[in-house]
Amino acid sequence: MSIVPQPTFLALDWWALGPVLALTAGTILLLLLEFLPQRANGNRGGIVSLLTFLASGYAVWRVAGEKRELFGGMFVHDPMTVFFTLLFCAVGVLATLMSWDYLKRTKINQAEYYALLLSSVLGMVVMAASNDLVTVFLGLELMSLALYVMVGFRRSQLESNEASLKYFLLGAFASGFLLYGIALLYGATGSSNLAMIGAFLADTPLATNPMLLMGSLLVFVGFAFKVAAAPFHMWTPDVYEGAPTSVTGFMSAGAKAAGFAALLRVALRALGPVMVDWTQLLAVIAFLTMTVGNVTALLQGNLKRMLAYSSIAHAGYILVAVAAGGPEGASAAVFYLATYSFMNIGAFAVLTMLGKGREERVLMSDLAGLGFREPLLGLALTAFMLSLAGIPPMAGFMGKLYIFGEAVKHPQLLWVVVAGVLNSVVSVYYYLRVTVSLYMKEPEGEPVGISWGAPAVLAIVITLAATLWFGLQAQGLWIQAQNSVMGLL
Amino acid sequence: MVPYLFLGFAALLVATALMVILHRNPVTSALFLVLSFSSLAGIYLLLQAEFIGMVQIIVYAGASMVLFLFVIMYLNLQHDVEKGAQIALRRGIGWMVGALLLLFAGLLAKKGWVSGPVAALPPDTTGGNAAAIGRVLYSRFLFPFEITSILLLVAMVGAIVLAKGRPAPQGEAE
Repeated sequence: MSIVPQPTFLALDWWALGPVLALTAGTILLLLLEFLPQRANGNRGGIVSLLTFLASGYAVWRVAGEKRELFGGMFVHDPMTVFFTLLFCAVGVLATLMSWDYLKRTKINQAEYYALLLSSVLGMVVMAASNDLVTVFLGLELMSLALYVMVGFRRSQLESNEASLKYFLLGAFASGFLLYGIALLYGATGSSNLAMIGAFLADTPLATNPMLLMGSLLVFVGFAFKVAAAPFHMWTPDVYEGAPTSVTGFMSAGAKAAGFAALLRVALRALGPVMVDWTQLLAVIAFLTMTVGNVTALLQGNLKRMLAYSSIAHAGYILVAVAAGGPEGASAAVFYLATYSFMNIGAFAVLTMLGKGREERVLMSDLAGLGFREPLLGLALTAFMLSLAGIPPMAGFMGKLYIFGEAVKHPQLLWVVVAGVLNSVVSVYYYLRVTVSLYMKEPEGEPVGISWGAPAVLAIVITLAATLWFGLQAQGLWIQAQNSVMGLL
Repeated sequence: MVPYLFLGFAALLVATALMVILHRNPVTSALFLVLSFSSLAGIYLLLQAEFIGMVQIIVYAGASMVLFLFVIMYLNLQHDVEKGAQIALRRGIGWMVGALLLLFAGLLAKKGWVSGPVAALPPDTTGGNAAAIGRVLYSRFLFPFEITSILLLVAMVGAIVLAKGRPAPQGEAE
């Protein structure tokens, strides 16, 4: 009987694993607490969820400067893990805050909702931190499975059920692609560890091996589905529209960031030698993605649908950075993901407050005249729209500046940069339509009731502050973003 | 002895697999599929992969196929619903996918695109392969194993959330 070597765990490792442990514990705690009775409108779920996110963020922040590989290199704790874990915790906190009163007024089960929120964030953390294709896949599945259910939480609404089913079926299909790609990569290189794949490819001239190419292509398709890149974006509008507004906000920021985090790690760590040949292909996909997103968004009358197409367009901008490649391109993508998360969640936080009780008032016409009746809410929404459009003092502008600034250094990407700038101009039209509706339209019919709630207001204040701060003082975040991708190379 | 057992199981496997696609009655097809899974498990046992053999029976022949049978019986399929062009199209696609798979397998074998493992693990024969799998599962693959367990928990919670009864009408009126 051979004796299994006992892995040695330092104190540092426990802190590094802190987010995983805390999120798991939080999920189970929430489910167990259901045995204890509580008031119908109790805040227990929200409080446990907030504390869990804060604990996770604290644990990983405590050992932020360290670098460790755990479980034989399956879970790495490096600057990129730290950056994305903190981002996901922030997204989680904001999602909790904006769900706080939204769940109560739409009568959504709190315990299950928050438990799934926590496990979904756990999946994102695993995706960003994993250095092995097996754990990348498991993290992605954990995140997606929780999201499929969260999308279907408005069970009395037909659209929500439809969205959930559609997301589940297409998501399962995409997982199949990803898994098949992983199997082919494993077959071609003999390892599922990203570092070992990278080392193998550096030594062996395999770049033209059809199995490797097919494998990386399928893996890319799997990720492209999750981040809603064309031509794998078809699910986005229906799912974003059908899901509860707070879930839409959470998934548009979190799932996209997690998908790109895993994509960047796989691309830089394992497939570096292959990626060089992929620049033009990625550029074409980036061009398609942003054009489809922006042009279709022009026609939308529903704000959630419009933001869905806008999120497709933003995936296109980030893909330009991925196409640019190298540490600079990757840091531009990371920076953009962070700023996009804040401004997008902010916009959705405003939307969660529109409507009373179970009603959902997210049509463009519902906003008419809102800017004068609720000046602060109107101003906040305008600020988020300006940031999404990429107008200067906002964070969205700095994000685009970094991405296009990096991409323009590669002469073969010049065309896609020009297309991207033109796309941004097009996007200004539909973002400003929101502002026009807020201030220059007369309300027709019954005006929208606003469900004020302190947590949602807090979420809006935080995201607004972040959007302005990263727009004016982008340097700090940019250095963090650069720092985070350094460890990958 | 072993070659004859292999021949027996292999013949049974091919025969039952053919029956799965050739038989008209879906329930009978599903039962033949159970039999073909069992003969596959027999082949695994001959290869000294007891663990996979047993899992094959428990998971596929047991759990999955029972689910299949339930679905088939619920739907109460008596005959082919689709006729004419539809079924021809489906058959055509089936043949095409099959041919592609065969072609792909041939290419893989012929061109040597499969590089094989970087460092093959030495076979661990102490205590049979269930014990060996257990040892690797709880040491080297501990992290994925634990994540999988959370994944299953989430799947359970999700299924319950989506399937449990709708809120009572008075909840709507509030």
